Amino acid sequence: MIKVMFFAHVKDKAGVSDTIIEQEVMSVEQIRSYLNDKYGIDESDRVMIAVNEAYAEDDREVRRGDIVAVIPPVSGG
Amino acid sequence: MEGNEFYRITSEPLSMDQITNKVIHPNSGAVLTFIGTVRELTYGRKTLFLEYEAYIEMAERSLRQIGEEISKRWPHTITAIHHRIGKLQISDIAVVIAVSTPHRADAYEANRYAIEQIKEIVPIWKKEHWEDGDSWVGDQLERNPYPNGKPEIEGSR
Repeated sequence: MIKVMFFAHVKDKAGVSDTIIEQEVMSVEQIRSYLNDKYGIDESDRVMIAVNEAYAEDDREVRRGDIVAVIPPVSGG
Repeated sequence: MEGNEFYRITSEPLSMDQITNKVIHPNSGAVLTFIGTVRELTYGRKTLFLEYEAYIEMAERSLRQIGEEISKRWPHTITAIHHRIGKLQISDIAVVIAVSTPHRADAYEANRYAIEQIKEIVPIWKKEHWEDGDSWVGDQLERNPYPNGKPEIEGSR
C-alpha cells in the first residue's frame, strides 16, 4: 500500500487529508491518473508530486511503503 | 527556551532576536535578517487574517536544502529560517530569515535567494481570509509560479 497526503486546495477538493492506495508499485504518472479518476485532481490544479519528501518526476517508480504528497503551487513566505 | 534548530516550521510566534542570534559567529562581519509579515491590503483587497499550512517534514527539509545551497554559493554563510503556520493576524511575523556572512554583499544576495526559493519550492500554503470569503493562494502574483509548469527537481539547482 502507498500512502497519499493532500494539502491546501487539493485537500479541500479531495475531501480527505490522506488516503491509501492498495498497490505494490506505481509510477508517479499512474498516481496522477488515479487522483484524476478518484478525486478529479487534474492539470488545472497544477500539482507536483513528492515521494518521501522530495519532488518526483512522472516516471519515478513508487513502491509499497513510500509516502506520496500531492503538492499544489506553494505560497509561503 | 528554543533549541538549536536552524530550520523550523512552528505554530509559535517567531522571535527575530532568537533566530538572528543563531547565525552570529566570530567569522561573520555582516548579519542580515528578513522578516515577512502579514499584509492587510493586496491590490486593494482587505485581508482579515491568514492561515498557513505546511507539509512540515518536507518543508523543514526544503529549508535545510536552501541553507546548504546558500553555503555552497556564498561560502562561510550561516543561515537560519523559521516559518510560522496556523492562524496569523495582520502584521504578525510569518517568516524570519537570518544570514551571516564575512562581508555584507553576500548577506543581501543570500538572504534574497532564500526568500525567493521559499516562495517557489517549500511546501507551505497561505489561505487568505478576505472580508468577502476565503481562498488558498497558489499563485502569489497571479502568474504561474513554476516557469516549467513545476519546480525544478532538487539537485538540479
